[in-house]
Amino acid sequence: MLKIGVLALQGAVQEHVKAIEASGAQAVAVKRVEELEDLDGLVMPGGESTAMRRLIDKYQFLEPLKEFATNKPVFGTCAGLILMAKRIQGQDTAHLELIDMTVERNAFGRQVDSFEADLMIHGVGEDFTGVFIRAPFIVEVGPEVEILSKHNDRIVAAKQGHFLCAAFHPELTDDYRLHQFFVKMVQANKEVVA
Amino acid sequence: MLKTGTERVKRGMAEMQKGGVIMDVINAEQARIAEEAGAVAVMALERVPSDIRAAGGVARMADPTIVEEVLNAVSIPVMAKARIGHIVEARVLEAMGVDYIDESEVLTPADEVFHLLKSDYTVPFVCGARDLGEASRRIGEGASMLRTKGEPGTGNIVEAVRHMRMIQGQIRKVVAMSEDELMTEAKNLGAPFEVLLQIKKAGKLPVVNFAAGGIATPADAALMMQLGADGVFVGSGIFKSENPEKFARAIVEATTHYQDYKLIAELSKGLGTPMKGIEISTLAQGERMQERGW
Repeated sequence: MLKIGVLALQGAVQEHVKAIEASGAQAVAVKRVEELEDLDGLVMPGGESTAMRRLIDKYQFLEPLKEFATNKPVFGTCAGLILMAKRIQGQDTAHLELIDMTVERNAFGRQVDSFEADLMIHGVGEDFTGVFIRAPFIVEVGPEVEILSKHNDRIVAAKQGHFLCAAFHPELTDDYRLHQFFVKMVQANKEVVA
Repeated sequence: MLKTGTERVKRGMAEMQKGGVIMDVINAEQARIAEEAGAVAVMALERVPSDIRAAGGVARMADPTIVEEVLNAVSIPVMAKARIGHIVEARVLEAMGVDYIDESEVLTPADEVFHLLKSDYTVPFVCGARDLGEASRRIGEGASMLRTKGEPGTGNIVEAVRHMRMIQGQIRKVVAMSEDELMTEAKNLGAPFEVLLQIKKAGKLPVVNFAAGGIATPADAALMMQLGADGVFVGSGIFKSENPEKFARAIVEATTHYQDYKLIAELSKGLGTPMKGIEISTLAQGERMQERGW
């Protein structure tokens, strides 16, 4: 069975664990660097990206995560998407710099502007409820990046090679299609590596 | 179709705070220290609870200047407190763009009978609770997040522990009950039947439940996590300690790694003096903030 980790430094970890398990893979919460070792893929959950980054630095997770990402699939939602971006608007530095894109934090406004909207996600399906909570969006993407979904002309989901990201929270719904999509990516990657 | 202020969006916001620490701050400088230390949100206040206790008199919503200052200083969510039942304070904070409102017993209640109908607002609310009846009533009114009441501004964890144990125990009881026993349990607890039914089916509260009220050390924070808290609020504990920056970082780490005792030992070294603290039995009935709320 595929084993997929959920980075568990802070944020909505259990919801991802549930969604991964419902998508037919084994899920484990990852709090320590050693726990990355035997994983086939990793989810970076929603939460507060500044708080997560501080804990990533404190426990020397940055390099091991980058190393993990060289040949294993990673899926980031909301704060996880911010951690994966190469560029963050208004900031000189980014975090893991995995996906060739520029993102803007809290781009839809404050919590009172948080919303739900129906999305069309390429390769995943229609009528997907996107739950956007103080969400970022993707301002621009490089040539290697495939845009999977837009909301009002703003990019809210994308894929580059074995990396997947969403500005919204699929883990807060009972719709597991995007997690199933990621599990398939992990499966395909494992077959290639093997 | 775009929908704001849905139950999922409001509760979801609290889900994103899980495993984190929310810190009380009274100005932009403290807010920045909190963000830098890894806080997941800050609570903008005019005075921290221990100072509210010391000052006496009527405690109200903070001056909007302070809330605005904090909103502009950090990129993490900003919470603020409104008095229990004070519809206008809550609407003012919502209009200012505050991310979460705490309908809080730390302030002097504006209504001694009714709480806010929180489902009416676009902004989500957090409320304090000492037991499952109180927790369920707040959920019934539309609270999107709960916290223990503890005894704010005392630096004494005993009441928060009592409230967390009480709620967890009552949840276990409800989950173990058969469905035909729930209505009587609802009557006994003073809880809406529908909320108890949800708890029974899900095996847990339908909203996130943080610990608050008396957390003064990294070990206190870890203790509350171990008792089942989803995260912690630290009020007076941080900026009333000798070295707030170091204290804040230590509490954040202890909350994440609450079962790593060697780490907590390391974190707890040389932190300086924590806030002094108050023995609960020395508080007169009228000084107990946890008695506020109905």
